[in-house]
Amino acid sequence: MRVALFITCFNDTLFPETGRATVEVLERLGHEVAFPEAQTCCGQMHFNTGYQREAIPLVRRFVEIFEPYDAVVAPSGSCVGMVRDLYPMAADLAEDPDLARRVDELAPKVFELSEFLAKRLGVTDVGAYYPHRVTYHPTCHSLRMLKVGEAPLELLRNVRGIDLVPLGEAEQCCGFGGTFAVKNAETSAAMLGDKIRRVLDTEAEVCAAGDNSCLMHIGGGLRRLQAGVETVHLAEILASGASEER
Amino acid sequence: MTPRTKPPDAFSPGETPTFEVSARESLRDSQLRRNLGKATQTIRRKRAVAVEELPDWEELREAGRALKERTLRHLDTYLLQLEESVTRAGGVVHWARDADEANRIVAGIAKEKGADEVVKVKSIATDETKLNEHLESEGIHAFETDLAELIIQLAGENSSHILVPAIHKNRAEIRELFLRELDVEDLSDEPKDLTNAARLYLRKKFLNAKVGVSGANFAVAETGTISVVESEGNGRMCTTLPPVLVTLMGIEKIIPRWRDFEVFMQLLPRSSTAERMNPYTSFWTGVSGEAGDGPQEFHLVLLDNGRTDVLADEIGRQTLNCIRCSACLNVCPVYERTGGHAYNSVYPGPIGAILTPQLVGIGKPGPDSLPYASSLCGACYQVCPVKINIPEVLVHLRGRVVRHKQDGGTLRQRLDPENVAMQAMAKTFSDPKLYENAQGLARVGQWPFARGGKIGSLPGRLAGWTAVRDLKPVPKQSFREWWKEERG
Repeated sequence: MRVALFITCFNDTLFPETGRATVEVLERLGHEVAFPEAQTCCGQMHFNTGYQREAIPLVRRFVEIFEPYDAVVAPSGSCVGMVRDLYPMAADLAEDPDLARRVDELAPKVFELSEFLAKRLGVTDVGAYYPHRVTYHPTCHSLRMLKVGEAPLELLRNVRGIDLVPLGEAEQCCGFGGTFAVKNAETSAAMLGDKIRRVLDTEAEVCAAGDNSCLMHIGGGLRRLQAGVETVHLAEILASGASEER
Repeated sequence: MTPRTKPPDAFSPGETPTFEVSARESLRDSQLRRNLGKATQTIRRKRAVAVEELPDWEELREAGRALKERTLRHLDTYLLQLEESVTRAGGVVHWARDADEANRIVAGIAKEKGADEVVKVKSIATDETKLNEHLESEGIHAFETDLAELIIQLAGENSSHILVPAIHKNRAEIRELFLRELDVEDLSDEPKDLTNAARLYLRKKFLNAKVGVSGANFAVAETGTISVVESEGNGRMCTTLPPVLVTLMGIEKIIPRWRDFEVFMQLLPRSSTAERMNPYTSFWTGVSGEAGDGPQEFHLVLLDNGRTDVLADEIGRQTLNCIRCSACLNVCPVYERTGGHAYNSVYPGPIGAILTPQLVGIGKPGPDSLPYASSLCGACYQVCPVKINIPEVLVHLRGRVVRHKQDGGTLRQRLDPENVAMQAMAKTFSDPKLYENAQGLARVGQWPFARGGKIGSLPGRLAGWTAVRDLKPVPKQSFREWWKEERG
C-alpha cells in the first residue's frame, strides 16, 4: 500500500516529534511511508474562520498532491475532518464539479492515525511500552466528525506498562476550537478550566489525545498552573519503547 | 403590576454588543455559572436516558428531518392549504411579511375587541417581533402566563433559554422577585409555594382577559389544526378561556398531515424535557362553535420576517427544520458557561447562533459575531432531533460574514488585521518555498517572547491565548527538515 503522510502544517512546524512517531509506527508495521514535500496546509483555519475563498486554492493543492496514494494518514483528527467533511462544501463553493468529483474520490482514503491502524489495518497492538499513568481526551472532531469511536482507546489498552485511567466528562470539548480560542478567549478559558479539573481528578502524569491543537491548549493551561501533567500525542505513546520490548 | 419591557436584542432597532463582549460579563457571574451548570448537566443526562429507550431513535430523527425538508421544499403549497383548512374551520388567516405587520395585526384585533389586557403563552415569535412593546405603545398590557416567562417579565429581563426562559435563576432568586412584584406577604422558596403564588396571580388574568395570544409548535396543513406543547396547563387556559384567540407563528412551523405528529410527538418531548410525553398537549381547529368551550373567534398570523431569505440559502435553510426543543442548548459547552443572554437574541445557544444572523441579515456586528460563538465541537448536531447540521451552517455563515465584509467592505474593513493576516497566510500556504521560509521566520520572530522554554505573553489579539495558557516555542527543526536530513 502506498501510504502518504499528511503531516499537517501545525505538527510540521510545532510538533515534529509527533510526525517522527507516526512514521516510526507505520514503518514498524511494515508500510512504506511517503512524505510528499509539496504539502503545506489543508486550509482548515481559513475555511473555519470564514476565509473560504482563500481556502479553495489550498484544497486544490491538497487534492493534487495526495490523490495518487492508496491511503493518506495524518496524526490529527481535525485536519482529517476538514478534508472528509468540509472539502465537499469547499468544492461546491468553488463551483467546480471536477474538483468535487476528485474530492469525493480522495476523501474516503484520508485517515486519522488511530482509525487507520484500528479500522483500516485492523491492528490494535503496535508493540509499544509506556510505563506511565495516562488519561485520554477523545477530541471533538475525532469523536463526532470522524467517529473513530474506541479506536484510540483500544490501541492504548494494548500498550505494555500503561496505567490508563478514564477521563470524566471526556466527550466535553476542551475549548480550543481553532481561532475560537483567540476570538472568544474567555469562554475558551472557562471550558479549559473544567477540562483541566477533570484531568487533574485522574491523577495521571500524562494527558494524551490524537490532536496536538487540543493538546497545545490543554497543555498550555497545565503548564501555566505548574500542574505537573504532561500532554503527549497518541502517536508518541504508540511509538515509544518498542525497541526495548522486542 | 405594570409589565416591564425587556432589554433590546438583535431584533430591536439599533446595534447589540458582540457575543465576545457580552460573554465576558456572564462568565464572571458565579451564581449564573452554578445555576446553568447544574441545570444543563441534569437535563443532558435525563435526555440521554429518554432517548436510549427508543430503539428507532435514529430512524425517527431521519424521519423528522425528511418531513421538515419536504415541507420546506413545498412550503408555498402547504401554506395555502393551511389557509384554506383554517378558514374552513371558522378561523381567519393573516399574512405578515415582517414584525411590524404582525404586531399591527395583533394590536388591531385587540383594539377592535376593546381589550386593554391580553394573556400570552408560548411564543418566541412574539418576542422576535417585540409584540409586547408594540401593544404597550398602544395602551394594551400583555401578561406572560408561562411560569418562566412570567418570572422574566416581572424581572424585566430577556429569556435565556428557548424552553426554560428563566433557567438562569434559582428558586431563592425567584422567591425574592415574587415577594417584590406579586404582592404576597409570606413565601418560602419551595417550588410548590412559588408556583401557587404564580397560580393565584395568573388565574385572575385568565378569567378576565378578552384576548389570548399564543404561539404554535405545529400547524397541520391538511386539517388546519394548531398545536401547543407545554408542561404547565397555563397554555391551555390561555387558548381556551378568552373568547378571542390570536396565534402568531413562523411560516416554517407547518407540518403536512395529522399523522406526522407520530414522528414529532416522539422527537420533541424526549429532546426538550427528557419526557416520554409532556404533560399538556393542546390541539385546536378553528373556533369552538356555539356550545363548546374555547374561543369564539380565532386568528392565525403567519409570519415571514426573514424566513423566506433563510429558505433561499441552500446550506442555511436546514435551520428552518428547528422544532425549538433546545437540546442543542443543553449540550453546548459554550452555552453552559455563558448562558443565553450573551447571545443578545430571543434565540440563544447553537440554534440561535445560526438562526439570528440569518433572520436579521448579515452585516450587523452583534449577530455577525454569533456564528463564531462556537468551538465547532459538534455536540449540537449529535442531539438535534431533526438533524440540523449546526456546525456546517456555522461555518457557512462565517464564510458569508467574511465575504460580506470583503466585498461590500470599506477600506478599513479590508485593512482589518485579521483579513490582512489571513490573506498573507493563504499566500504563504500556496507555495512550499514561502511556507518553509515562514517556518524559519517564526523560529526567529519568537525570540522576544520565548523565556525559559515557553512563551508566556503575546501581543495584540494573540494575548487572549497567553492570558491563561503558556505557548510552546517553535522547535529548532521542523518535521520536513528532519525528513530531508534522514530520508532525503
